[in-house]
Amino acid sequence: MGKVIVVTSGKGGVGKTTSSAALGAALARNGEKVVVVDFDVGLRNLDLIMGAERRVVYDLINVIQGEAKLAQALIRDKRLETLYLLPASQTRDKDNLTAEGVETVIAALKQSFDWVICDSPAGIERGATLAMRHADVAIVVTNPEVSSVRDSDRIIGLLDSKTLMAEQGERMEKHLLLTRYDPARAERGDMLKVDDVLEILSIPLLGIVPESMDVLRASNVGSPVTLSDERSAPAIAYFDAARRLRGELLPVTIPGEKRGFFGKLFGRKAA
Amino acid sequence: MTSLLTQPRPIRLKGRSFLALALTPEHPFEDWLAQLDHLASRSTNFFRRRPLVLDVTGLEIDRSQLRELLDKLGERNVRIMGIEGARPSLLGPDMPPPMADGRPASDIEAPAEDERVEAKTPEKAAPPSPPPPKTSPSMLVTEPVRSGQALFFPEGDVTVVGSVASGAEIIAGGSVHIYGTLRGRVMAGTMGNGSARIFCSKLEAELVAIDGYYKTAEDLERDLRGKAVQFWLEGDTFKVGSLA
Repeated sequence: MGKVIVVTSGKGGVGKTTSSAALGAALARNGEKVVVVDFDVGLRNLDLIMGAERRVVYDLINVIQGEAKLAQALIRDKRLETLYLLPASQTRDKDNLTAEGVETVIAALKQSFDWVICDSPAGIERGATLAMRHADVAIVVTNPEVSSVRDSDRIIGLLDSKTLMAEQGERMEKHLLLTRYDPARAERGDMLKVDDVLEILSIPLLGIVPESMDVLRASNVGSPVTLSDERSAPAIAYFDAARRLRGELLPVTIPGEKRGFFGKLFGRKAA
Repeated sequence: MTSLLTQPRPIRLKGRSFLALALTPEHPFEDWLAQLDHLASRSTNFFRRRPLVLDVTGLEIDRSQLRELLDKLGERNVRIMGIEGARPSLLGPDMPPPMADGRPASDIEAPAEDERVEAKTPEKAAPPSPPPPKTSPSMLVTEPVRSGQALFFPEGDVTVVGSVASGAEIIAGGSVHIYGTLRGRVMAGTMGNGSARIFCSKLEAELVAIDGYYKTAEDLERDLRGKAVQFWLEGDTFKVGSLA
């Protein structure tokens, strides 16, 4: 039985889709079977980030409505043969997502994959609540700024009340993934500090992904950053986060805090 | 307009408890509704203008069934003001709000066929008997209270071991104790208890209120931010003091 992870945030534009793709690729690199499911019906992006937009035939809604088989809708990644994508529909709207349909699809995916990563849409409406409903683990993607932190706090509240696990009286495992972290701005005090974010949200830290042009570049060429530029700082952060997801105990380095760490990174890039 | 802005006249938020009838539907709903029709046919005014709560505790029902039941009750002019014992997933935004912590009062007798008795029923139906005292007048929360969550505990004190997030709300009949950072809103003594207090180990609150008197973050003295403080009322004045 695979593990179902929801990647969620409340706020839009914080890096849910980028993180879903990057973590999916990082986990799949180890030979584990991974599927990344796009729940953003009507505003799908994941296919673009993963460079599969020209190969989409069927989507999640087709499967839910019985118009296509699950195997027909799954797209295998061209670079990693254990990485799959289940795209969202761009033409239908969120009302086509039904609780029963999602449950059936997730149950089927759990049978044949080691990791099922659900890329949640922004907001706290139907799409987002259905994406988190069947999850075993949640990754809360947050930027170090107040509005993102408050929205994440709201989402954590929903994870503790509106999910299947919560309704059965269990506690969902939740991890914080701090993205778009800018060491220079943090040093100037323009951004919330890591400790402040952790104090407010009080959930364990999965990783800190630095703000980087590498992420933007990776998105534009349609490749998860962990595949296109695996030695870049954000890719290393995602690889470490994936190892922590597997249960490895790995200390989290705050970018910029240790000059040696960053100096080494730049040194390597220049070489 | 200017005087309205410069002389703050606080909006007073108070809790009230009312007596409502609780309807407990049973499976199969057709038979239950038929019985209800029978009851209503004996007394046409029985359900009119009466506050009614639908009690679905332990009832096997899904959202569409609940919606259908509400519609069928609506057709019979039975208006439901709240739903008790429902899982959060059952309730939609268009449905009556969830209600909790209802205290049982004496049963209300269904109208008899005798018209004279029927005329008396309204008096019987609303006995002004005070609710029996609750044995646990305090609530303990050991988790952080998240943004968007609202805790409502009119019976007494609330203690939170953890923080109260920005956008979260605690409404208590008694005092509120927060062993963490208070970033959200706290209303203490809402049932008219002016001796209630608010305590927190780190103050970053959006709003604090006792018995309807309130202060927003802007009104709070700046040097108290980040400190351990308590709030209380002295007459009509809101007092703040350091706990250190």
